[in-house]
Amino acid sequence: MNRPMVEASGLTAFYGDAQALFGIDFHLDAGELVAIIGANGAGKSTFLKALTGLVKVPRDAVRFDGAAIGGLPPGQIVRRGLAMVPEGRRLFPSLSVEENLLMGATAGRAGPWNLQRLYSMFPILAPKKHDPSLSLSGGQQQMVAIGRALMSNPTVLLCDELSLGLAPIVIKEIYDAMPKITAEGMSVVVVEQDVAVAQRVSQRVYCFQEGRVSLEGASDMLTRGQISHAYFGV
Amino acid sequence: MLDIALQGLLLGGLYCLFALGLSLMFGVMRLTNTAQGDFIVLGAFGAIAGTSILAIHPALVALLLLPFAFGVGYALQRRVLNGTLGKDPLPSLVVTFGLSIVVQNALLEVFTADPRSLDSGGLNTHSVQLGNFAIGTLPLLIFMVAVLCTLALQLLFDRSALGRSFRAVSDDKEIAELMGLDSNKVYALATAIAFVVIAIAGVFQGLRTTVSPSDGPLLLLFAFEAVIIGGMGSFWGTFVGAMVLGLTQQIGFRIDPGWGIWLGHIMFLAVLVVRPQGLFPKTRG
Repeated sequence: MNRPMVEASGLTAFYGDAQALFGIDFHLDAGELVAIIGANGAGKSTFLKALTGLVKVPRDAVRFDGAAIGGLPPGQIVRRGLAMVPEGRRLFPSLSVEENLLMGATAGRAGPWNLQRLYSMFPILAPKKHDPSLSLSGGQQQMVAIGRALMSNPTVLLCDELSLGLAPIVIKEIYDAMPKITAEGMSVVVVEQDVAVAQRVSQRVYCFQEGRVSLEGASDMLTRGQISHAYFGV
Repeated sequence: MLDIALQGLLLGGLYCLFALGLSLMFGVMRLTNTAQGDFIVLGAFGAIAGTSILAIHPALVALLLLPFAFGVGYALQRRVLNGTLGKDPLPSLVVTFGLSIVVQNALLEVFTADPRSLDSGGLNTHSVQLGNFAIGTLPLLIFMVAVLCTLALQLLFDRSALGRSFRAVSDDKEIAELMGLDSNKVYALATAIAFVVIAIAGVFQGLRTTVSPSDGPLLLLFAFEAVIIGGMGSFWGTFVGAMVLGLTQQIGFRIDPGWGIWLGHIMFLAVLVVRPQGLFPKTRG
């Protein structure tokens, strides 16, 4: 058994007065790509926000590389090497493509990722680097959002709904970049609505349902029946 | 005719210096500093006090004042104003309004209500000949400094790493923090820079006319009008807004000495009615 890079145990989280997560047990091993699937409102995004400090949780509920990081300020968490591609991309509208990427380097971690490397992984971005970030197509914006997270040279990358609002061909193009990312030994969590995509790209799948883990297993072992039962609860 | 235009633009230069700090703080953190005018007056009195205590040239005092203002701005934002920021704009308005009262009364206590001015060593009566016109050296200097400050702030905002963080926290504070940016520190640096411009404005105000502790609110009004007329788009927008205000007031003064400031207000209201987003509405975000 590998050493877990990220571990959540009995994680609970609240959005205002509403409880969103009810005791999530989760682990991500080094070099692993794990997908989280589940219906809208199942708590997937809240879970990622809890890992990155955007939603406050008890300190011991989240461990990163052995250290308790639950509820630390987001800036401290990213400096430890846990970066997120947020849902809806959330690029900085008044910054150019390259400026958005440079913001990702704020954490100041050393590592293999830099502007040149990103432009060679996503060549389409290079000629547009001085364009306003929101003038790009949805898929290209998603590449910028991924690149921005990679610029912090994380050891764990969390991706929230990469395929949201994108054409299937573009989704494929973006997920095709994943092997290049994990080749560096990075561990990745993807939250994904599309079950088929999630199963194809990941080694393990967690299914969330109403703030709880309803299913967990190796991606190629889970049957459609198991998944639809865990997904919809019927 | 040309004379009015020239005088209006020179006056606009001063208003631009009044307004840039307000524009910067609003642009970065949506904070309206209602004590802007009082801090300008405080800057002027600081320079006056410095000149008489240290007994050195006002220009040297001004140079010493700038790093001091930077520190005051940084500390004020870090210790006080950061705690007022949030979705609700009211706390920051109330706190800066309170600061305005505190500054006014502290100045009144220390310097009394007598108007004072900064000894310019004859600079304020000196002029340069330009064709048929004689232009005051001091107003010309103020105008040039206003252009330089606008240019410097715009370059800082557009080109530097600090400017990039200013725009990033203004766009999306949560994501900026997710990237590892300390927004409280970024805000403090923005206010620090705004206070340097405020100190510059204060020194020039003290040189060109007399200042008294109760002047602040009127200066705030001019600054506010310049920012709104120009639109929240850019520092050049603020610059143009200040020019429009200066020109309008100067035209008013020519019609009747009592009309200048009033016509400026009318222009401000007209812009609000006709073009509420201001002349250069592209938000800095």
